[in-house]
Amino acid sequence: MFTLPDIASGLLCGALFGYVLENAGFGSPCKLTAQFRLTDWSVFKVMFTAIVVAAVGLTALTATGAMTADQLYVPAAFLGAAAIGGALVGAGFAIGGYCPGTSVVGLVSGRIDAVVFFIGLLLGTGVFAGGFGALEAWTSSGELTSADTLPALLHVSPWIVDAAMVAAAVFVFWLAARFERRGAGPVTAEQAVAGADGTSATSPSSPLSITSP
Amino acid sequence: MHTPSAPLHHAVKPFWSPWVAGVLLGLVLLLTFVLTGHGLGATGFTTRLTAALGGGAARSNAYLGPLFEDGSPLASWITWQVIGVAAGGLFAAWRAGRFRVQLDGARSIGTSKRLMWALVGGAASGFGARVSAGCTSGLGLSGAATLGLAAFVFLGAFFAVGLVTSRIVKGVQ
Repeated sequence: MFTLPDIASGLLCGALFGYVLENAGFGSPCKLTAQFRLTDWSVFKVMFTAIVVAAVGLTALTATGAMTADQLYVPAAFLGAAAIGGALVGAGFAIGGYCPGTSVVGLVSGRIDAVVFFIGLLLGTGVFAGGFGALEAWTSSGELTSADTLPALLHVSPWIVDAAMVAAAVFVFWLAARFERRGAGPVTAEQAVAGADGTSATSPSSPLSITSP
Repeated sequence: MHTPSAPLHHAVKPFWSPWVAGVLLGLVLLLTFVLTGHGLGATGFTTRLTAALGGGAARSNAYLGPLFEDGSPLASWITWQVIGVAAGGLFAAWRAGRFRVQLDGARSIGTSKRLMWALVGGAASGFGARVSAGCTSGLGLSGAATLGLAAFVFLGAFFAVGLVTSRIVKGVQ
C-alpha cells in the first residue's frame, strides 16, 4: 500500500466518489427511488459493476502479492446485524429518497430535502446512541464464526466468486433492459433537475403488474 | 441585445451511462482500498458529527463517548472523505448544469409530506446503519468488493425491504 496523509487520501477518494455519484445521477431522489419502482435500473447497474470491478481488482492485487489479505478490511460476519441494518437503510431509502452517501450528493446539487434527510441521519444516530444499552446486542447478532467471506464459506477460490458475480451482473443488465423497455425508461438529467413531478406515480405501466413481456 | 432570459437549465448535460459510472466507481473504490486498506463510506462521518454536536451528553454516552478519546470526534479520515464527496458532487453538478435549489419531490407528494418522509427516512437510515456498522457505501459497496458475507446480506435486505416499502409508502416519485 502507498501511504498518503489522511487529509490527502480522504479528499482525493471522496472527491472522485462524489464526482462519479453525481454524474451517475445519484443526487436525484427521483432517479434513485425509481430503482425500487423498477423503472430505472441505474442503481443496480452502477453498484453491481462497481463491486465486480473492485472485487476483481482486489483479488488480483492479493493474488499477485501487491496487497496482503490482512491489509484489507473485511466486515465481520454479524449477519443478523447486517440484515437489520440493510432493512432499515432500504426502508429509509424508499421513503426518504436517499441513502446516507447519496444524500450528501443531493445536498450539494441544491436539494433541500437532502438536507432534511441528512438531519434525519443525525437524529437516527442519536436515538441509537441513546438506546445503546439495550441495542448493543443487535450489533453483534447472527454471528457466523466459520467465515467472513463468501470464498471462505464455500471453500472456493475468490476467482470463482468473481466469475459468478460477473455472470450475475450480465444477467442484471439483461433483466434491466427488459424492465426499462416496458416503462418510460430511465430518469434523464433534465427530468432529475426539474424535480420529481409524480408522473411515475400515475404511470399505468408499473412493471410488476405486467405479466407478459 | 442579449437574451438574459435563457433558461438556467438549457445546458443540462446527460448523466453518464450506468456501466461507465459503474466501472469508474469500481476503480475509485479500488484506489481507496490501495491507499487506505478500507473502502468508501458515509455514516462513519454522520456518527462522528452526531457526537460532535451532542456535547456533554455524547461525551458520557456509551456509544459516542469513545469517539472523543483522540480529541475531536471529527478528526478522522472519513471526515475528509465526506468533505471530498461534497466538493466532487458540487463540481460535477455545477459543471453539468445540474445544480438547482429545490425541494425535490414536493411536486409529487406535497411539501409537508416530502419533508416528513425525508426526515423519517433519514432517521431510519441513520439508526439502521449503526446496527450494521455501515451503510450502502461503507458496508454494502465496500464490503461486497472484499466478498464479505455481511455485505451481501446487507444488500439483499436493503433491496428486498426497499422494493416492498416503495410499494406501501409513496415517499418521492
